[in-house]
Amino acid sequence: MTVMSLSKALNEGMRKAMEDDPKVLIMGEDVGKLGGVFRVTDGLQKDFGEDRVIDTPLAESGIIGTAIGLALRGYRPVCEIQFDGFVFPAADQIITQLAKMPMRSLGAIKLPVVVRIPCGGGIGAVEHHSESPEAYFTHTAGLRVVACSNPADAYSMIQQAIRSDDPVVFFEPKRRYWEKADIDTSTGDWWTPFDKGRVVRPGTDATLIAYGPMVKTCLEAATAAEDDGRSLEVIDLRSLNPLDQPLVMESASRTGRVVVVHEAPVNNGFGAELAARITERCFYRLEAPVLRVGGFSTPYPPSKLEEHYLPDLDRVLDAVDRAFGY
Amino acid sequence: MTADASRGAQAPPELVQLLTPEGERVEHPDYDIDLTPEEVRSLYRDLALVRRVDLEAVALQRQGELGIWASLLGQEAAQIGSGRALTDADMAFPTYREHGVAWCRDVDPLKLLGLFRGVNHGGWDPKEHNFHLYTIVIGSQTLHAVGYAMGIQRDDATAATIAYFGDGATSQGDVNEAFIWASVFNAPIVFFCQNNQWAISEPLERQTRIPLYRRASGFGFPGVRVDGNDVFACLAVTRQALKNAREGQGPTLVEAYTYRMGAHTTTDDPTRYRVASELEAWKLKDPIERVKAYLFKNEHADQAFFDSIDAEADQLGADLRRRCLAMPDPRPLDIFDHVYSEPHPLIDEERAQFAAYLEGFES
Repeated sequence: MTVMSLSKALNEGMRKAMEDDPKVLIMGEDVGKLGGVFRVTDGLQKDFGEDRVIDTPLAESGIIGTAIGLALRGYRPVCEIQFDGFVFPAADQIITQLAKMPMRSLGAIKLPVVVRIPCGGGIGAVEHHSESPEAYFTHTAGLRVVACSNPADAYSMIQQAIRSDDPVVFFEPKRRYWEKADIDTSTGDWWTPFDKGRVVRPGTDATLIAYGPMVKTCLEAATAAEDDGRSLEVIDLRSLNPLDQPLVMESASRTGRVVVVHEAPVNNGFGAELAARITERCFYRLEAPVLRVGGFSTPYPPSKLEEHYLPDLDRVLDAVDRAFGY
Repeated sequence: MTADASRGAQAPPELVQLLTPEGERVEHPDYDIDLTPEEVRSLYRDLALVRRVDLEAVALQRQGELGIWASLLGQEAAQIGSGRALTDADMAFPTYREHGVAWCRDVDPLKLLGLFRGVNHGGWDPKEHNFHLYTIVIGSQTLHAVGYAMGIQRDDATAATIAYFGDGATSQGDVNEAFIWASVFNAPIVFFCQNNQWAISEPLERQTRIPLYRRASGFGFPGVRVDGNDVFACLAVTRQALKNAREGQGPTLVEAYTYRMGAHTTTDDPTRYRVASELEAWKLKDPIERVKAYLFKNEHADQAFFDSIDAEADQLGADLRRRCLAMPDPRPLDIFDHVYSEPHPLIDEERAQFAAYLEGFES
């Protein structure tokens, strides 16, 4: 067992993937000598060389477009988008090409490209550095979309994402990069498949569903709720596409009350899909409508206001209270 | 791939220079400038004061008063030279580092701090200063500048736009699209690229194999490389390019050859990727020292003048600090302001819900 931060776990996961498969490449802005602005690729260029860890010109569309070409040639590129808000120049390549080319080829083409995106707020950053753009990509068929919430998952999920023959959009909770945990790097036996969710805290009275940075917030809320005599189950979805429906529906049916929590705006956010699906599948077992906690229907605010914008323990518990009010 | 040796102290031969690093006035076949001693003293004052604003902002960030700051250190001449070339009717589109141009456009330096302190996303009215808001996404503003210039054309106005961007941005699709648009529509625009040699950790040769100014010819308009640390040359070259634009001769790419003396931003650590000797070489080409040397040598200014500028800079810095600390935090419900120009029911609903939620904590 080794104690690692989430960013180090990603780094070690990529290192392992590069050792296992010489076709794995790292691409992005400042990923080489600097090791990425969050140091997630620190040391990889030094150890694997400039042909495998590529500092690209400053053009996100170029990063994804050329990654597609490299994948066509048999490589497995892992692309870093420096910040969530900078993914949009690449959105064209991701949505019109990366997601659709395999189907266009009638299955002849596989595009094992990973698009890593540090996401979410809470670090006091300027505009475009704190966003949660997952819904744009979950709405795009052809992409697998996952989000890690802790170091162990970061370590295993990045390796599974790289091994996947499908394109994967991989969200990393940037404000949790520095959180540490013990990780067993000797074996993959403990790995949960990266397209499955997990109950991270069992409970009986209501279910909190989260992914990425909000998992920790929900765990804290569940601990606080215990003092009020409420037993909250917390699900870490891990994968948004595909969605682990059996896990979600079993929990929702059992507790009858569900609160979905994400940083992205509630309006048309991923929680809307969850709420709809849970309502369709578990309607007669629900004691309350599925409630959503998330960002407001506004652009991400200046950092002095982000604590008000981001869901916190109080906002989660407020929603739980409302769920019990039905 | 070999490193571009010209990134060091040696000036590349095609550089337009009118004032050497030693403060010697030199001639150039294509560009000239005739400045009165008072005008040179005024340029010196601009350079010294924006450097002081920048240093104060870096200090404020170090003390936790700003979330982040993007320093212009080393790029003062490129920004003051080009900024002072603008007429009131011209419109400037900055990146997030154009504090010197903002100064030329009479934007209160305090207003630059708001974005970096996290109280707003951009705190001035662009129309009031003909200086657009800072744009953080690399290169986006170059297209806005071209569109604005196309508007000027359609209005039959005597004005031009200037689009600021860096060497890294030249790789972006938006910037290349802006070149094409400007070219085929003959838009009245100056593309002012401050080539400061570094895009965070990536050196110039990761963005280009040829000098950036030469890219212009492929798009069908002239390009010129100017000593970005020479305020005379930056002023002369930009003035000419703007004049050409206003007179219907279309775009020009100006590559101001300079150096980012500081980190990319205060969160960056350049010791991880560049050597100290490069910095030392560029220190000898300081944009402010050469103007000072020129003024001294030609007896256009005495020590009392420089002392008075220092005193003014100190006062400016202290005043900026005081006003930064007094800057009020935004109120929570401000989150819902200005999202739409017309009333919006969902915003109203969420604002009311959040207000009620906040009141719950007060009772």
